[in-house]
Amino acid sequence: MSKINRRSFIKIAGSAAAVSAVGFPAIAAAGGKKQVVIVGGGVGGATAAKYIRRADSSVEVTLIEPNKDYYTCFMSNEVIGGDRNMDSIKFGYDGLRKHGVTVVHDTVTAIDAKGRKVTTKGGQSFGYDRCIVAPGISFVDNIEGYDAAAAEKMPHAWKAGPQTVLLRKQLEAMPDGGMVLIAPPPNPFRCPPGPYERACQIAHYLKSHKPKSKILILDSKDKFSKQGLFTQAWDRHYKGMIEWVKAVDTGGGVKSVDAKTGTVSTEFDEYKPAVTNIIPAQVAGTIAKVAGLTDEKGWCPIEGKTFESTIHKGIHVIGDAAHQSPLPKSGYAANSEAKVVAAAVVDLVNGREPGTPSWVNTCYSIVAPKDGISVAMVYNLVDGKVAKVEGSGGLTPMDSSPEDRAREEQYAHSWFKNITGDIFG
Amino acid sequence: MYVGKTLAVLLGSGLLLGASQLQAAATATMLADTCAGCHGTDGASNGPATPSIAGNSETYMVDTMMAFKSGERPSTVMGRIAKGYSEEEFKLMGSYFAKQPIAKTSQDLNDTKVAAGSKLFGKNCEKCHDEKGGLADDDSGILASQWLPYLQYSMVDFKAGSREMAKKMKKKVDKLSDDELAALLQFFASQQ
Repeated sequence: MSKINRRSFIKIAGSAAAVSAVGFPAIAAAGGKKQVVIVGGGVGGATAAKYIRRADSSVEVTLIEPNKDYYTCFMSNEVIGGDRNMDSIKFGYDGLRKHGVTVVHDTVTAIDAKGRKVTTKGGQSFGYDRCIVAPGISFVDNIEGYDAAAAEKMPHAWKAGPQTVLLRKQLEAMPDGGMVLIAPPPNPFRCPPGPYERACQIAHYLKSHKPKSKILILDSKDKFSKQGLFTQAWDRHYKGMIEWVKAVDTGGGVKSVDAKTGTVSTEFDEYKPAVTNIIPAQVAGTIAKVAGLTDEKGWCPIEGKTFESTIHKGIHVIGDAAHQSPLPKSGYAANSEAKVVAAAVVDLVNGREPGTPSWVNTCYSIVAPKDGISVAMVYNLVDGKVAKVEGSGGLTPMDSSPEDRAREEQYAHSWFKNITGDIFG
Repeated sequence: MYVGKTLAVLLGSGLLLGASQLQAAATATMLADTCAGCHGTDGASNGPATPSIAGNSETYMVDTMMAFKSGERPSTVMGRIAKGYSEEEFKLMGSYFAKQPIAKTSQDLNDTKVAAGSKLFGKNCEKCHDEKGGLADDDSGILASQWLPYLQYSMVDFKAGSREMAKKMKKKVDKLSDDELAALLQFFASQQ
């Protein structure tokens, strides 16, 4: 330890009054109540709101979310496949209100990091000690001709809601023998196994209702999440129905669409599918960019320990919008990150140093009724960054038994009931 | 005096030693919260298959998680996740869940089987699964009100020999018929 004279001690003492030991600005707790404003009521935002209130009910939490109901993306593929209805993936905010969260249905239009203030389209403004931004994803125009109008003809269904219903209706309306084209996005994107689970769920529907139909996956990547397990499952349940084409064979996947004629084009070929599911490239939700929280790649850089933005102090970004790697852009990861950030924010507004974080992720994919696969991982903090705990996690084994995969399917549905209860209940 | 106090505060907070050298263990709450996604908030599962872990004794939790970690106890995903934690961390998680009330479930059960199980319980199970499977202190895991599919999976593994039974339990299980075992599981699941 270097020698410190009396004068420098006093200097440190003086600065310690304004800056907590780890360098976060301390909040003047005396006087007004501690205020946390959360932007976005999806998995990350809603979990954070609940867990802050659980940890310290003296903290006032305001959650701002435009929609009155939230439809989970996870399990929405089962709606598309016909085994589940929309009501079963719909969640409201009364549970959060019971925890004392103030829920405001409005759209955030600006976040003033210096003035610590959030303003909305409806003309309201909210001051905060700490702000949590959880806006999910927004789409990039990486496919020529795929605009908002085209999405009404060729749904992405990558934000659950009316788009999910639209894709389902198109599948119901298509003729037997038709082609369903799925265009998965380039990395990084929300729910890496999602497009391939979707192929399973669509095939599951087609197999019993329109067995002459085919699914063509024109990928913008050369490999994908749980690839071995999905390929095995396609062979096991839907032999000959699903064809996956890697990017290198098409010059990079789907390049353009013409929604009016229903045409989909790659570098070399043209297709006229009966149903087209275009999942565009993604970046952080719009407000993250508007608030200046994104980097050149379109995602929000963060400190590993507290997920505080490295661009704007006092703002934490969680869920899909954050540069959260090696944590994946998944619902479980957002839920896990939200709890860590909730604990950190409660510590920070009370002038305490945030504790050591711990995260986990488990992603199930349901490849057929009574057949589920998964990937899991435990994460900790190493040198200020999120890191995988060595030796932990991994995939369902390639040689797992049908009995084990049936259990995984049951655990997947249990996971759904438990995580949604944990978020919104 | 003022200076001394500041030094103590700074030392205590780790500023002078650097945060990375002083990485403390995550708290019990921090660790236990990671379980909620699959096992429910505070370990009270909404089912239908993932077990509630609320109310289990710390000893049971540590033993169970170490068995998952080593592969001694078979699993789908739990063993993979257990490999990410230390025994010390399992103790912390266990201490958290031991303080939670046993979760009550509402399941579709067969009354006839429940009644049959009730008759078999005293003679066959009570010694180690006291209070109808609701006593944490016997360190045998809370069976009362547990989700039936989980209990069934467990019995399948016991019978198959992929999960080891305590000797006393094996003696009893070997003597019971499949119908009797099924009735006992229904009985445990029915406890409120």
